[in-house]
Amino acid sequence: MTDIPDRVAALLADHDPATTDRLDFLRARFDAGLAWVHFPEGLGGLGAPRTDQQTVDALLAAAGAPDNDPRRIGIGLGMAAPTILAFGSDELKKRLLRPLWTGEEVWCQLFSEPGAGSDLAALGTRARRDGDGWVVTGQKVWTSSAHTARWAILVTRTDPDVPKHSGMTYFVCDMTDPGVEVRPLRQITGEAEFNEVFLTDVRIPDEHRLGDVGDGWRVAQTTLMNERVAIGGRPMPREGGMVGAVADTWRANPDRRTPESHDRLLKLWVESEALRLAGIRLRQQLAHGSPGPEGSAMKLAFARLAQELSGLEVEISDDGLRYDDWTLRRPDMVDFTGRDAGYRYLRAKGNSIEGGTSEILRNIIAERVLGLPSEPRVDKDVAWKDLPR
Amino acid sequence: MTPSTFRNMDLDPNLLSTDVEESLRAGVRELLADKSDPATVLSRVEGDPYDRDLWKTLADLGATSLPIPEDLGGQGAGWREAAVVAEELGRSVTPAPFLSSAVLATAALLELDDDNARAALGRIASGESVIVLAVPLSAFTVAIDGPLAGTVRSVADAGIADQFLVPADGALYLVDAAEVAPVVSLDLTRPVADVTFDGTGTRLSGDARSAVDSALRAGAAMLAAEQVGIADWCLATTVAYLKQRYQFGRQVGGFQALKHRLADLWQSIALARATALNAADALTTGQDVAVAVAVAQSLCSTVAVKAAEEAVQLHGGIGMTWEHPTHLFLKRAKADELALGTPGRHRAALAPLVNLPG
Repeated sequence: MTDIPDRVAALLADHDPATTDRLDFLRARFDAGLAWVHFPEGLGGLGAPRTDQQTVDALLAAAGAPDNDPRRIGIGLGMAAPTILAFGSDELKKRLLRPLWTGEEVWCQLFSEPGAGSDLAALGTRARRDGDGWVVTGQKVWTSSAHTARWAILVTRTDPDVPKHSGMTYFVCDMTDPGVEVRPLRQITGEAEFNEVFLTDVRIPDEHRLGDVGDGWRVAQTTLMNERVAIGGRPMPREGGMVGAVADTWRANPDRRTPESHDRLLKLWVESEALRLAGIRLRQQLAHGSPGPEGSAMKLAFARLAQELSGLEVEISDDGLRYDDWTLRRPDMVDFTGRDAGYRYLRAKGNSIEGGTSEILRNIIAERVLGLPSEPRVDKDVAWKDLPR
Repeated sequence: MTPSTFRNMDLDPNLLSTDVEESLRAGVRELLADKSDPATVLSRVEGDPYDRDLWKTLADLGATSLPIPEDLGGQGAGWREAAVVAEELGRSVTPAPFLSSAVLATAALLELDDDNARAALGRIASGESVIVLAVPLSAFTVAIDGPLAGTVRSVADAGIADQFLVPADGALYLVDAAEVAPVVSLDLTRPVADVTFDGTGTRLSGDARSAVDSALRAGAAMLAAEQVGIADWCLATTVAYLKQRYQFGRQVGGFQALKHRLADLWQSIALARATALNAADALTTGQDVAVAVAVAQSLCSTVAVKAAEEAVQLHGGIGMTWEHPTHLFLKRAKADELALGTPGRHRAALAPLVNLPG
């Protein structure tokens, strides 16, 4: 129906990547419907099949066109955009999606709270009606990019008198509101990738609500489902990722080898290769439109392997008693490769916590894949305000 | 090999089953569910475990001659398809000479340039003969220069062999008559026996070293598929049991301690399956075979044993009884761990291949 290569050629003809400003090029690409082709026309897409995107990306990369640095704006692309598309008004979509995609406006996610981690639906940040809008007060945590974000997706409690899943409402929150305070959250690595976000009487216009009042849990499911799709992962070469760093350390330090560490290394190498192969298989299934549930197996295995590999690497390093730097840094994104083994060891501890703990993941696999009985839900019919806490 | 060469590997392996493979799987699974259900297998294992009619039916279906060319009476398919059959036979612990004859002997014979070898492949394809490669089931490497006369210990499926393919004197020999001394085997569904040859046989021409090595590689790859089948049965059966077993007024499968163990097992099997598919695909494309097979054998052996051990434990008392078939899977899984090299041996072989010296 649409001739993708022609459209790409037309974009390149009008905007030569060699001479066009990066941002101008990205805006023109969005306006040409080549940002995310499966989005509707006028919103950066063409209403085309998602699979056409690969063609666009390959043609543009070959022409030396700039990209929108997707890793830096992953939350906007992977979580906020699909939710805005599904639940936002036409006006909101028009206003928000273009700068989101070009990276001019960074997004963050205000979901987790100190009292609502695995049990996200227990969250207590309160939104109260106030005239035409809402006033929000509460505390969010583990927010990456909050210190650079222009906007946030935010889930709040609007009705404490009903069971927890029913009384939530979902908003787009302006991070420049004076009631928003962002503080770095220092981790065991010394750095602060994440933030705590304190919301004090933050005003949000009703037009910035996504979905119905009280329907925030369903809206959040859309966000989280898209997060899982995004986690599907990029293709990796053999020895890509953590295992490569450990293998290189092994090769560089013959003196530190023992029979015991050799067998551990080989076991972990084998499992890393298996994980890589499982990733290839998952992507091949996705390309055929029938993804299996292996994605959750991959996250579980990834976390365990990252932890065991980095632990081994500390033992076989030149001097595992040293650490590279405890300074409170503010990295843009996680970089496992730019730091020493000790950093990787500490940072990998988060892999089995962030994005769903390994324990919750095991529950999900047991219940949704294996069909085993659900955990008892003692809070199901209790008003949120009456939950023990 | 340096790590940078990994980054230049050719195309990704194909780790999806084709429609043809899936319909083959469905056909074999249906047949085995009918003729080789666990109760039937259990009822046979203390006598003659092999069901010759079933083997003939599998041969007539073409399931035992998939890698054999069509002009020799085979299916002209390949090891990917054979892996499907191996997995299904593992899922049902069917006593059948698939690994010994349809994989090990077949792979060796396929490497030879010899009319007698071709005729032997034809007899395997038609189901007329079971031809067993005379190596210990636990062999990881095989010497080919010993004398033809002598005894080979712990040969799998020797009891059902019509002929043996024997590595000796730097060649492979086809041998009709041998003295087979059955032994009490750990694996009731793939018994081993000591086989004594008297020094007579037909010498086959061709590169015996390369034939035996490719047989061991194909065997290890198909064994990995079998192990995935074993593990899958153990998980599925345990999950089903824990849904219908009640204690403390609850389904036992609802206890989180058990749910998490089963989730971990499912995860291990998902990874193992990817390596087994990769090994079968590598045999087909000829790309990266040694690494693919070593990876698959180091992981799948361990996962199958783990799955069978978890199955026994999570079945509780019933899993410890002779009447429940889980022990057949435990015994097969443990014997398979030794078969064609333990996981440790495969890891040791992997180390130089991927430049990780000890």
